[in-house]
Amino acid sequence: MSVASSPLATGELTYREAIRSVLFEEMRSDPRVVLMGEDVGQAGGPFKTSVGLADAFPDRVIDTPIAENSFVGAALGMAATGLRPVVEIMFADFLLVAADAIVNELAKLRFMSGNQIIAPVTIRAIGGGTMHFGAQHSATYESLFVQVPGLHIATAGSPASAYGLLRFAMQLDEPVLFIEHKGLYARRGAVDADPRPYAPGRSRLLRKGRDVTVVASLLMVERSLEAAMTLAGEGIDVEVIDVQWVQPLDVHAVAESVGRTGRLIVVSEQVHEGSWAATLISRLAQDGAPWRVSPIVLGLPRLAMPFSPPLEAAMIPSAVRIQDAIRLLTRRS
Amino acid sequence: MVTGADRLGWYRQLVLIRLFEDRVQQFYDENRLPGTTHLSQGQEAVAVGAVAALNRDDYVTITYRGHGQAIARGVPIEAAFAEILGRASGTSGGLGGSMHLIDASRGLIASSGIVAGGLPIALGAALSAQIQKTGRVAMTFFGDGATNIGGFHETLNMASVWKAPVVFVCENNLYGEFSPIRTTTPIDNLADRAAAYGMRGEVVDGNDVELVFARTTQAVERARNGDGPTLLECKTYRYRGHSRSDPGKYRPVGELERWKQRDPIELLGHRLTEERIVSSTELEQLRQEVNEEIEAAAARAATAPWPAPEILERLIESGR
Repeated sequence: MSVASSPLATGELTYREAIRSVLFEEMRSDPRVVLMGEDVGQAGGPFKTSVGLADAFPDRVIDTPIAENSFVGAALGMAATGLRPVVEIMFADFLLVAADAIVNELAKLRFMSGNQIIAPVTIRAIGGGTMHFGAQHSATYESLFVQVPGLHIATAGSPASAYGLLRFAMQLDEPVLFIEHKGLYARRGAVDADPRPYAPGRSRLLRKGRDVTVVASLLMVERSLEAAMTLAGEGIDVEVIDVQWVQPLDVHAVAESVGRTGRLIVVSEQVHEGSWAATLISRLAQDGAPWRVSPIVLGLPRLAMPFSPPLEAAMIPSAVRIQDAIRLLTRRS
Repeated sequence: MVTGADRLGWYRQLVLIRLFEDRVQQFYDENRLPGTTHLSQGQEAVAVGAVAALNRDDYVTITYRGHGQAIARGVPIEAAFAEILGRASGTSGGLGGSMHLIDASRGLIASSGIVAGGLPIALGAALSAQIQKTGRVAMTFFGDGATNIGGFHETLNMASVWKAPVVFVCENNLYGEFSPIRTTTPIDNLADRAAAYGMRGEVVDGNDVELVFARTTQAVERARNGDGPTLLECKTYRYRGHSRSDPGKYRPVGELERWKQRDPIELLGHRLTEERIVSSTELEQLRQEVNEEIEAAAARAATAPWPAPEILERLIESGR
């Protein structure tokens, strides 16, 4: 698959600008692209990721009523008839409101039709904690739909990933669940003119290291990098991988890395049970367990997200907790 | 302008659907039908009349009780039988089954086994036509039970606020699965629900194919002209139970017989002979021809090869 590079694809952008530029560029270059969701039009998006798009493409930016299940279903109808819709789900928690359309219709239409119909719908869902939104507005749910054949699932852990992954998501002839983290919108970073490191099923190596492999998603990517930087001062050399695609999962790249370091930590903002972290470890175990010491999974305890800031902060793995886990692992050999 | 030939064509389609579904029932009785199936004998006039109001390039979504609309839309009966029997030559190569007769070449873009699942998809197809300015219309079929689920209300609301070129065709056969509508729904006319969304709603005699055609034609024209969607409630009756395992014993004595007196095939056949468009001998001959067509297609489908399990490998490889 070829992805045209763009003049905007150089220099630094915020995570928010990265998403907005991909939406803008894709809408400009492909008249089949439509953006729909709650307040994505005149309001510019609840998280301001679509500012100006309604003015630039008035016929193709649709403010929907608050009716997730049916506007995702409508996006499928658009996709089945030649358009390439992007649907914004304001909070990833609301994916569950649209779960029937996503799971029973969107993910299965191509299959049930015997490959007669494709369903190129990108669902952008905004997830994640640290912003004090409480129990119903803080989940990432990046693993919830892993059980559903027919869906690709991407997680954007940086401006570069947001830029590269969203472009692939929108150009793929498949439904893609694209998870953004609301705590990352203001982050600034370089984006990549080369699309290849973001292709479906590719993780991205962000930091080379000899001692431990840390695989992370979303906000945990920068926290893992921060932990790696601190530990470098202690002589511990940490390799950091942004998982990027939760489905398909880049088991091969992680196996290669752990084969070198002998140690693995998986960090995400999810409950361990049923997560991609658990899948990653079981797949690696099946393929011969490349580690020298047992891996560690860092994530959320089995609780809903508390509202109170100190409680919320205690829930989500911090850079310090990641450092502690790395130190613990390096002491085992 | 509806001609005698049009009406005779509708008669033929009504018979084709009836005999097709009778044959599906026979496959079940012979224990040759895998899984379940939802038959629509008695409701054929809705499928035939409403589909006749569409252009070839319009869009349609149907339900798990969708054999009738699929056939009315022109899906070859052999491919439909083959799909229902799980054969490689089926419309979806056996991946879909009775509940998912899909034929993209005929604008039949979705057939959902989820109640009201097809409504938003049809809305999306209508929005697609609106955005791409193709002048196409989408039509979605659903049962009375679907009017009690959120997707119906959400979709009608959006369709109305955006004046989407979509026609909502409710087949009210008086039972949601096994439950009489009176026990689940507090109003007599489901078309009244359109008013809540500022939409035109009409009750139609769903056993009269000519009336269904006339009213859907108007609704399709309004949609195509940018005058927005319509909810048509076609009142009709399901001769058989909800699905193949349901004998429908919960129905009051005499109800089925009363509805059979207004059988959609008999109703039209009677008119055509009364008006001397066709003789009853000719109709009988037509029924025999259709029956032979059905038997031949059924026989071919029933002996068609099963899909090879190796195709699963290919599907897994391709990641869907």
